[in-house]
Amino acid sequence: MIQRLVRPVLLLLAGVAFSLVLLNRVQAGGSHYFPPVADPLVNAECGSCHLAFSPAMLPARSWQALMGDLRNHFGDDASVDPVTAEKIRRYLVANAADARGQRQGERLLRGLAPERVPLRITELPKWVSEHRELSARSWRDPKVRSRANCTACHADAALGYYED
Amino acid sequence: MLNPLSQYMPAALLGILVVLPAQAAGDPVTAPYAAELRAVDPGFSGFSTAQGQALYRGRFTGGKPDTPSCTTCHGDNPRQPGRSLTGKALAPMASTASPARYADPAKVEKWFGRNCREVLGRECTPREKGDWLSYVRGQ
Repeated sequence: MIQRLVRPVLLLLAGVAFSLVLLNRVQAGGSHYFPPVADPLVNAECGSCHLAFSPAMLPARSWQALMGDLRNHFGDDASVDPVTAEKIRRYLVANAADARGQRQGERLLRGLAPERVPLRITELPKWVSEHRELSARSWRDPKVRSRANCTACHADAALGYYED
Repeated sequence: MLNPLSQYMPAALLGILVVLPAQAAGDPVTAPYAAELRAVDPGFSGFSTAQGQALYRGRFTGGKPDTPSCTTCHGDNPRQPGRSLTGKALAPMASTASPARYADPAKVEKWFGRNCREVLGRECTPREKGDWLSYVRGQ
């Protein structure tokens, strides 16, 4: 009697395991989507030197800090007039990784201590773990140049897709 | 009694005087810099593309070490796209390749402000801006 039950149970378990793997993959794909900047002003001002990074890639406190010191923007003077700066700041904060309803953003913030204010997306523990397999050599590739150059590897980064 | 036409003569003359320098400047993008120069030097006769080229291609030590020249990011050929230090493609500087690039004077000033400080370590003069624009846009 018990022996007759083993097969269906095993089959069921195998089915469940397969579904879990599949679900995990789908979710992984989903977690690699970060809504691109939809505001033309933000796109123009934040996208002239680097890809206009999705606001869902940093918490609101980080955007506040970045917008508070545009004159020293990673060594560059990225200052804009105060009215423009305020519009950009509001957009970034409203769509930040920890803003309401940002599921992908929330995942990206996993492992980040609440008192830390990262100024670079590449400082996030989750970013580091997602990119740990890359060799130092691939970062030195002349086509890459900088860790801010997402599009070098993620061809559809400008559209919000960051799959491997 | 005055000839009706002569009443308009002063206005017409004034009109010609106002219009002439603007026409001499010709180019609306460099016009504000030409006007600035003419205000201090009535003999100003126009911008130099050769000086502009020298500025565009020159290497400087006053600014940031990683951006010694305009060509660092914009490339040697203004008709070709450039590349920022973060690897982002930059639209060509030549007007033939990027016709809409210089439409907004505030934007032009914003980038002179940032880039002159980064490359030269100081503000550019109106003459430098005019020369530079005459060169890259004419390419």
